Amino acid sequence: MSTWEAINGLLTESVYRLDNNKLEDWAELFAEDGVYRVVPRENIEQGLTGVLIVCNNRNMIRDRVTALREACEFNIHWDRHVTGSPRIKPLGGNEYAVESSYSLYQTDPEGESRLYSVGCYRDKIVLDGEAAQFKERIVVVDTFAIPNLLATPI
Amino acid sequence: MLTKDIWTTKDYSRVPFALYHDQDVYTQEQERIFRGPVWLYVGLEAEIPKPGDFRTTWLGDTPVLFNRDMQGKVHAFVNRCVHRGANVRRESHGNATDHTCFYHRWCYDLEGKLIGVPFQRGVPGKGGGMSPDFKTKDHALRKIRVEMLNGIIFGTFAEEVEPLRDYLGATMLWHLERLTAKPIRIMGYQRQRIHGNWKLYAENVRDQYHGSLLHQFHRKFGISRVTHTGGASLDPRHRHNISWGKEGSDSTEQFSATYQQGKVEVKDFGLSDGQVLEYLPEFEDGISLAICSVFPNVTFQQIRNSLAARQIRTRGINDFELHWTLFGYDDDTAEMQNFRELQTNMVGPGGFISMEDGEAVEVAHRATRPDADCSAIVEMGGGGAIPEEVEHKISDIPVRGFWSYYAELMDIEPEGAIR
Ligand SMILES: [Fe+2]
Repeated sequence: MSTWEAINGLLTESVYRLDNNKLEDWAELFAEDGVYRVVPRENIEQGLTGVLIVCNNRNMIRDRVTALREACEFNIHWDRHVTGSPRIKPLGGNEYAVESSYSLYQTDPEGESRLYSVGCYRDKIVLDGEAAQFKERIVVVDTFAIPNLLATPI
Repeated sequence: MLTKDIWTTKDYSRVPFALYHDQDVYTQEQERIFRGPVWLYVGLEAEIPKPGDFRTTWLGDTPVLFNRDMQGKVHAFVNRCVHRGANVRRESHGNATDHTCFYHRWCYDLEGKLIGVPFQRGVPGKGGGMSPDFKTKDHALRKIRVEMLNGIIFGTFAEEVEPLRDYLGATMLWHLERLTAKPIRIMGYQRQRIHGNWKLYAENVRDQYHGSLLHQFHRKFGISRVTHTGGASLDPRHRHNISWGKEGSDSTEQFSATYQQGKVEVKDFGLSDGQVLEYLPEFEDGISLAICSVFPNVTFQQIRNSLAARQIRTRGINDFELHWTLFGYDDDTAEMQNFRELQTNMVGPGGFISMEDGEAVEVAHRATRPDADCSAIVEMGGGGAIPEEVEHKISDIPVRGFWSYYAELMDIEPEGAIR
């Protein structure tokens, strides 16, 4: 399997797991010290550190999924991600900086779909043989006026 | 047509759904509330620290520009050129020595005075220009009067309104001064576009009853429980309030027994990492949770180490933006900065203990629309005269306080109102 295939496989798998409500499995795509941050674009543009979601390791990502399953109430919906092709830059060793854009649509129980969010993924992906994992996934949210709320991960 | 007869009770314990859905009500609110005798939250001085710094915002439906002039003084204006009504500033923030409208390049200084009109005297040899009696000094951006409280900027459109400190009252003053005792550091912004009437949110933040019921994370992890020492304090006019609580003031047995008796499930689950639950107590009074709502457009939040101003920006009957300014203090240690960042996970649109509020508002908004003549029930903690102190957390009394002042400003107080 080529590097390109491995990286693309991880990207495809991540949106597959999100769109099919396999959130527990999605968390396992991150390395143990993997970081997941969701950041409003306006904060980045202003050099501000404020985030929407921050998980500094895989256990924190698992905790977010647990909280969604057990504690939180949110809008009932299905997610559908549409992603663009990735720009891949080797960082040396087995690490790659990968950037791709996303559109995320949500469909409510009445069958009405709406564009929920657009933005991009700024990933650091680490390859271990054929296995690829997220070392870091920064979701830069262009739609920083978040419609209603942000529950299921982007 | 909005009249005094809209209420079915005199103590604001029933809220007619029409108040959330009537276009005339909304239009009157803009005039009587947002342009009325109130102090509106504009922003924080820390957002415009340097001379020439400016930022744009919204007060009700009105676009607003605020800046710091070269002498360091803060001004706020309606963000609208006196010429043809375009926004003088379209960007969210910046630094400048003046404001030039992009349409016809009319130029204003940082006090809002009109200082330049291109071709005012016409073009030599060709004519044109404004009438000779047009004087730039007669024109300025519409001023919004501002007053500061420890770096919090409040503004008003009203000619006559009590001084800011009197408006806030002793209890809110005490809390806001407590929250701003040290210079503020801006962490960033979060925005939430909620498809519901703004007053449903104004009620939500005044309703302590829902705190540990809607937000299971609260009750599960002991951030806010009805078994905690806590309550609500209102100003003498009942328009503002602070809801507060002290973590750890109950025992596990007391907590379990109380929720079991109330038939409220507390699920058995744990977190793998749990860092999000750690915090550093930072106020000597032991208050770990304080939600201070100032009528009509802001709530200041202290939840553990998470500090924020939540500003309501109206966008029509069916829509508002909840604009969160996350902050800490200049002297935060690296450890404290880390705590504040991790606890961001609990607040805002993606917060474990606040995402539910957006959903609750949207759902209630949609479901109340078809029955304008039905009412919501607001009597947890009892009806009748509104007290200034509530010594438990099982109340929505401050919601009635909100409506009592709302009715006064809207001139729809019921005959023989109890407040
Ligand atoms: Fe809430």
